[in-house]
Amino acid sequence: MSAARRAMILTPLAALGCLYALILVHRPAVAGQAGPAFWVFVAVLWVAAGLALGGLSHLRLRNPGARRLVGLSVPVLFGAFLFFLWEVIVVGAGVPSVLMPAPSSIASRFAASLPVLRDDFVQTFMKSVLSGYMIGCLSGFVVAIIADRIPFLRRGLLPLGNFVSALPVIGIAPIMVMWFGFDWPSKAAVVVVMTFFPMLINTVAGLAAAGRLERDLMHSYAAGYWTGLIKLRLPVALPFIFNALKINSTLALIGAIVAEFFGTPIVGMGFRISIEVARMALDMVWAEIALAAIAGSAFYGIIALVERAATFWHPSYRT
Amino acid sequence: MTTEALTLPVRQARQKSSRLWKGNTGPVLVVVLAVVVLWYVAAVAMNWQGVTDAFERAGEQRSTGEILLATLEQERPMLPAPHQILIELKKTVIDMPVTSRRNLLFHGWVTLSSTLLGFALGSLLGVVLAVLIVHVKTLERSLMPWIISSQTIPILAIAPIIIVVLGSIGITGLFPKAIISAYLCFFPITISMVKGLTSPDIMQRDLMRTYSASRTQTFWKLRLPASLPYLFAGLKVAIAISLVGAIVGELPTGAQAGLGARLLAGSYYGQTIQIWAALFGAAILASALVAIVGLGERIVNSRMGVRAA
Repeated sequence: MSAARRAMILTPLAALGCLYALILVHRPAVAGQAGPAFWVFVAVLWVAAGLALGGLSHLRLRNPGARRLVGLSVPVLFGAFLFFLWEVIVVGAGVPSVLMPAPSSIASRFAASLPVLRDDFVQTFMKSVLSGYMIGCLSGFVVAIIADRIPFLRRGLLPLGNFVSALPVIGIAPIMVMWFGFDWPSKAAVVVVMTFFPMLINTVAGLAAAGRLERDLMHSYAAGYWTGLIKLRLPVALPFIFNALKINSTLALIGAIVAEFFGTPIVGMGFRISIEVARMALDMVWAEIALAAIAGSAFYGIIALVERAATFWHPSYRT
Repeated sequence: MTTEALTLPVRQARQKSSRLWKGNTGPVLVVVLAVVVLWYVAAVAMNWQGVTDAFERAGEQRSTGEILLATLEQERPMLPAPHQILIELKKTVIDMPVTSRRNLLFHGWVTLSSTLLGFALGSLLGVVLAVLIVHVKTLERSLMPWIISSQTIPILAIAPIIIVVLGSIGITGLFPKAIISAYLCFFPITISMVKGLTSPDIMQRDLMRTYSASRTQTFWKLRLPASLPYLFAGLKVAIAISLVGAIVGELPTGAQAGLGARLLAGSYYGQTIQIWAALFGAAILASALVAIVGLGERIVNSRMGVRAA
């Protein structure tokens, strides 16, 4: 059977089968005491889904739109199937929710505690992460420009920056909590320190990326330092800077959440995670993690979109 | 001519003396020195209020010089001076018996062992995933996007869950922390290994085909050797974040042993010098681990004939 026909037949069949299994597993007669026949059915679905995905990913399509659609659908279907397995195994085998809650119960908990989640999001993301991220990235950028102007400083700072970025910077969290108090400024301070060095290193590397020829051209135009910086070297450095911005978006969220483990007011994502873990309310913890995942991916995605718009000329975006 | 002949030796001599400044050593030393000086200034400035308050409460009148000295000798300063941290490090590393719970080496060892176990697990997982992704197209299309997007979520947030869940089914101690480390450090290894395994170009793969080499032979003789420099680049990143994972993994268990526990205990009891000493210990550990992996990288690269970049 060709890959195309296999994918065409098996994908809808497997999807229907998964739907049926989901309905089946939530029946009181099955939930928690699924028999061997049910597990055989799930195993068959597993094989069918694997074959369907294999068929989809080997499809050769002429139409670029269809190709993009299939390229997107493979990872989406794969992820959906993983969630399906999680749900079916947890509900079907009756795994206690203190060990591993099912995705459905996490989703319902998420929907039920939206106000709490919103407060945590505002505290951790809008206050600590965003302010710390902006201060950290901006100061890293400014110091990089200064270091670029003074070669002595650059040669001194760059090895140190590389060294520091391999250190467990997150450990300064308790000190920052002591200095800046329990509320969000201490978390923002941790984020500032965590995001400063990646920005510094990447910007300095980016400023050195302009080629000899281009610099000579600017020189022959009698362009001064600032003209050369703004018209040539900063645009060339943009991919590096965006790289740092993307790395920092993840680091900032991690820094803020982990810093909250060291003491916070009674709101915040890290606080909620540590307190709900202690109460064994794992569905709330997972809801909080889902929120963190959504926030982190959205943050990263927005920066990636801005990057695409700002560095459209870069080879990696040319088609 | 004569002036040229005269100036030449002088210029050479000046070059020799400035070799220190030509490289990075001189500037780095100056920057480090500046950091230390700034540190002392900051320590005096930040501890000033606490010291004057303490003297006022005791009802003593002290001169500015005495206050200045006292800011560097406080027991629980806002910011301990570097020499206080070094003294604390000496006290907790050399003066204590190694088996004591108050010895920093004991805590460092606890953290190091879970770092290394997690690093080994994560490297294994990372390499296996990379090999699968390179050889199975379905996995490349379906798994790779998820591996990449898994990094945009703050993974460390699930550390408490792993600790508590594994703890509730009776697995405690080293293993849960190692899982967190492994989860953190598999990613850079997978990414760089995939890059490395796909780095041989068409010409080299065609050569293997003209030898009628099988997939397995191509893997062992071409792809794997070509991927080693990339693998080590990933390993260097991985060992650093593996340590971060181990330290963060020690936080939710409530301070029993390890550098992270030391940080937490220090922050509970306001022992700033202890926190800083633990931080320095972690920094020394991290740089030693990265240096060891870097050494391995250099040995492998020189044996593979890769020139240092």
